[in-house]
Amino acid sequence: MTATATRRRRFSVGKGFAWAYLIGVLVVTIFPFYWILRTALSDNYALSADPASPLPVGFTWGPFKRVLGLATTQESIAEGGSGASIEIGHFLVNSIVYATVSTVLVVFFSTLAAYAFSRLHWRGRNLMFSLFLTALMVPGILTLLPNFVLVKELGLLNTFAGMILPFGLFSAFNIFFLRQFMLGLSTEIEEAALIDGAGRLRVLFGITLPMTSGPIFTLSILGFIGMWNDYFWPLLVTSDESVQPLTLALAVFKQSSPQAQPDWAGLMAATLVAAVPMLALFMAFGRRIVNSIGFSGIK
Amino acid sequence: MAVLETTARDQRASGEATRRRKNARRTTNPYSPAHRGDAKLAWVLIAPALVGFAVFAAYPTLRGIYLSFTDFAVLSPPEWIGLDNYRQLLGDEVFWSSLGVTVYFVLLSVSLGLVVSVVTAAVLHRITSSTVIRGLIILPFLISGVVAGTVWWWMLDSQLGIVNIVIKAFGGDGIQFLTSRDWAIPSVALINVWKQMGYTAIIIFAGLQTIPATIYEAGRVDGASELRMFRTLTLPLLRPILALVVVLNVINAFQVFDIVSVTTKGGPANASNVLQMYIYSKAFGQFDFGYAATMSLALFVILIAITFLQMRLLRASESDTN
Repeated sequence: MTATATRRRRFSVGKGFAWAYLIGVLVVTIFPFYWILRTALSDNYALSADPASPLPVGFTWGPFKRVLGLATTQESIAEGGSGASIEIGHFLVNSIVYATVSTVLVVFFSTLAAYAFSRLHWRGRNLMFSLFLTALMVPGILTLLPNFVLVKELGLLNTFAGMILPFGLFSAFNIFFLRQFMLGLSTEIEEAALIDGAGRLRVLFGITLPMTSGPIFTLSILGFIGMWNDYFWPLLVTSDESVQPLTLALAVFKQSSPQAQPDWAGLMAATLVAAVPMLALFMAFGRRIVNSIGFSGIK
Repeated sequence: MAVLETTARDQRASGEATRRRKNARRTTNPYSPAHRGDAKLAWVLIAPALVGFAVFAAYPTLRGIYLSFTDFAVLSPPEWIGLDNYRQLLGDEVFWSSLGVTVYFVLLSVSLGLVVSVVTAAVLHRITSSTVIRGLIILPFLISGVVAGTVWWWMLDSQLGIVNIVIKAFGGDGIQFLTSRDWAIPSVALINVWKQMGYTAIIIFAGLQTIPATIYEAGRVDGASELRMFRTLTLPLLRPILALVVVLNVINAFQVFDIVSVTTKGGPANASNVLQMYIYSKAFGQFDFGYAATMSLALFVILIAITFLQMRLLRASESDTN
């Protein structure tokens, strides 16, 4: 056997292992999503009798009806539910408002600040920038409790303003990230426009902002995912269903399930309903999300 | 997010930028009309961020420090009690056991997560550039900790959970994953690894792609095995990105809450009562905000110390290789 043949064989054995490993990782990653679906389409009693079946047991739409409040309380309890439901449309709107408004605001304000830090010449610029950066060192836990007290004092508990303001105005990471990107951009076009008499704001919105759209998208998508999945902060500042996001609704729904014999099918239906918007976002922007995450590490 | 690592990198970068700008200023006319009015506009542009920084970052940080010296139950004004909270902290067995539990969780979840994500990234890099596969791997990152916790709570159930059914089918004894003292933290750590692994792997994968292929040519000519090249060439080149990922994951893991709160709720008997869980229960269960602030501050100090230690270690090993 020649040396090249040996190498090629070793090569393909290694590749075989690599594929086997990757398939293993993919199965572990994806299986829980399938299991949510399979359980959500099952009947609770059939489920306890045959918990190992890979397919839905006693196929029924009942769990979704229970969760969405389309079944009567009696029906729900007869099927092993607690009678509690999730007004999905309502919580969905709350989550959309919370995640969208805070993301859009914080990315927009960060872009403005990044422009001031990267393009304008002003006294105190470096001092302000270093001051902003110190915020990167402070973990959430240190500011969350005092922020709760502050929001309470401002009378903003159970309001979108109270939920959004602490995250919608300032993000040290966003400002830093965008400033770095802007410093790396060539300023020739901007300077030409300035010489032609365009105002600073026109240059910012007409030239700099479009050229920064890549990182702006990255920060928006990562910010949106983070806010959509946020649980701790809304848990602190909301107790009223009128503003609570989906994550809280799911946690409340889970708690209302009887502990001795939980309504597994209903819980999984609720979980699926809570996960669907993110899965839809993923279908729409999958490639860009993947690239955004990779990009966020390298920058 | 990219906290300290980026801060350090930025200081270098901003140093460069200032130097560049100083040079630029020397050559252009300092009285150039191009920068007239810059200052006024700059303050307008940073105004929203400045308000956010002052009101929701700086003020709460200082106030948190102040509250840690007070007895404060939210409804009545805080009362200064000096070091009482700190004395209480030193003697609070639940706090120290929480800290122990949290450190155990961080070690398990960060080390396991790092190994799995490095291997996954390397495998991906080696055999496929499919965006679909990379996309599938980050799916768990897109869902909330509440959703992830609820699903695994079901899959790890001791009676009907599929994981135990499979274990029993292979002749094993069922495991009380979330309800036994020994398994509570490892289980929560596994769920956390499941949720975060793909995200970390994609960042490392992106790092791998920036390594030029020519670096490996010399090794290949010498007949070095792929594993050896991975160890001697790839890993050292990846070190900055691995450091970033470890710092991020450690900081996040120290503040774990969502997954614990929907799976074990800190139980059984405090076996998985991680720090953030304990702080939350002190503040919102017993309305002891002063003491909760003291514990938050302690957690902050621990995080700072660990991060500096990690940066030190990183810098030390960097100077070794140079």
